[in-house]
Amino acid sequence: MEKLNNAEYGLPESEHYSIEKDPDDLWQDSRVIVNIGPTHPAMHGALRLCARLNGETIEKSYAEFGYTHRAKEKLGENRTYHNFVVYTDRLNYCSALINNVTYAMAVERLMGVEVPPRAVWIRMICAELARVTDHLVCVGINALDLGAFSYMLYGFHQREEAYTLIEKLCGARLTTSYTRIGGLMADAPSGWEREVKEWVQRTRKAIDEMDKLLTNNKIWCQRTIGVGVFNKEQCMQYSFSGPNARAAGIDLDLRRDQPCMFYNQVEFDVPVAKNGDVYDRYLVRVAEIRQSLNIIAQCCDKIQKGPIWSEDKRVRIPDKDVVFNTMEGMIHHFKFFMTGFDVPEGEAYTSFEASNGELAFYIVSKGAPRAHRMRIRGPSVWHFQAIPTMVEGLKIADMVAALGSINIIAGELDR
Amino acid sequence: MDIRTAVPTIYGDEWTRFGETWKSQVQQLRERFHGQIEDVRMPQEQPTDVPIVYVKKSAVIEVLGYLKAEPGFDYDFLADITATDEEVDPRFEVVYNLYSTVKKCRIRIKVRVAENEDVPTAVGVWAGANWAEREVYDMFGVKFAGHPDLRRILMDYRWVGHPLRKDYPLRGYQIFPTTAPIDTDLLK
Repeated sequence: MEKLNNAEYGLPESEHYSIEKDPDDLWQDSRVIVNIGPTHPAMHGALRLCARLNGETIEKSYAEFGYTHRAKEKLGENRTYHNFVVYTDRLNYCSALINNVTYAMAVERLMGVEVPPRAVWIRMICAELARVTDHLVCVGINALDLGAFSYMLYGFHQREEAYTLIEKLCGARLTTSYTRIGGLMADAPSGWEREVKEWVQRTRKAIDEMDKLLTNNKIWCQRTIGVGVFNKEQCMQYSFSGPNARAAGIDLDLRRDQPCMFYNQVEFDVPVAKNGDVYDRYLVRVAEIRQSLNIIAQCCDKIQKGPIWSEDKRVRIPDKDVVFNTMEGMIHHFKFFMTGFDVPEGEAYTSFEASNGELAFYIVSKGAPRAHRMRIRGPSVWHFQAIPTMVEGLKIADMVAALGSINIIAGELDR
Repeated sequence: MDIRTAVPTIYGDEWTRFGETWKSQVQQLRERFHGQIEDVRMPQEQPTDVPIVYVKKSAVIEVLGYLKAEPGFDYDFLADITATDEEVDPRFEVVYNLYSTVKKCRIRIKVRVAENEDVPTAVGVWAGANWAEREVYDMFGVKFAGHPDLRRILMDYRWVGHPLRKDYPLRGYQIFPTTAPIDTDLLK
């Protein structure tokens, strides 16, 4: 191996400080190749970024993922439609309820099942609760990565309270599995809507406080304005959706453009920024939390008592009273859970505005109780794809800001 | 209830909103690409939610570019690229789900591909098609001609087989003791 001159590098002539030329030639004129992740704390989940640095500037990089791949699409072809509900929790685990709701909608659309209004209102509250918690995590962790620790705690306090509400609904905090095809696991407990409304009031105050803490903070502004810019054309090229697209000025919201559930009966605005940098993504997310809180408050006003299960006998889980007391009910129960119900032949691409963007289930059915193809379109894949382009020329510390701002969730990325 | 009958569910009745648009668009596509369009499946007639246009493999990039740029179509958002294993000959169908941010409607383009055949890449139309096509290659083994970087994406680079093919077993192990090394060629 070739010996280099120590004095050239400002080191004393000593055998302890000998510098050898790298056989791979990676150290050419201060350039260095580093491997960030997959278990680095600043990478959100098991993601990997290999970068060639010049000093601290990223010259070129490429991203890798797949470390938590659990073959969900293959499982979707080998589990019944009812069984697959629990797998949808593990997609975007920060907003599991949105995945549950979207999956239930996708199968119901294929079957033509209608869900009673109370179940739809509860689903809407669930989706918006999940959106608020997801955005609180995103902006909180993004600020935490840049050193604003107390800001994160303000958000996480409200998130914990939201999880308590979700726990009252379905008994779980993170992996909810709350929806069923054609209905819900259980009705909301009495007084739950009132508790949600109180939580909305408290969260509005907390958001105002968080706003005062960070939005005009000089350090935060200097670290985020003009960092990680992804403009409108690039966003369309890379199929950005959700808050990341809206931060770049693309007026795109599937809740408004493609109304499902009762979103046409509630009033909300779609916040759109224009610069597409980390700061704008933060602003859009904070504005969206406020809009989601408005939607939740409206839903809590409009929700009424009623059934939560569809009348469709194909998807209705038999009541326990019937199961334990009649032979036919017992047979129905076993047939339902062991064999599953048939979904008519057909295919549908059902999308919904998840907290990060367009979440879709493309289900192809051949008339069997298992799907022929269960494609999950997660928004994070398309956002993570843009990271090498986005961080080119940025400092490595700014890469952390950019990565946190587009909110990559590894569960949804790897599926 | 059958999917063939228009179901006015609470999830929106797309046919009443976009039926006329779709009819005229499909008509225009047939005139522009006559001979290149193998089959069209419309909602109401066939069990599908949006029109499916089966395109010949040679014309798919031209059709995608036309749908993206032509006024009156404006399918400017590539929602998804995926594939299905049909277990007949030709074996695979590559599926392009498109969305129009202007008209707010969707359309689906499909290409039939036999095993060991290539599909032209859509990276020239949407740069974001890169990873979606890599995933199709990884999961189904469908190769994309002209793709700039066709490597496996979800599975390890030493993986054998394509997991989402129907003949791929559900259980089994392939264990690699080391992680993938840094590919310095990609950083040049």
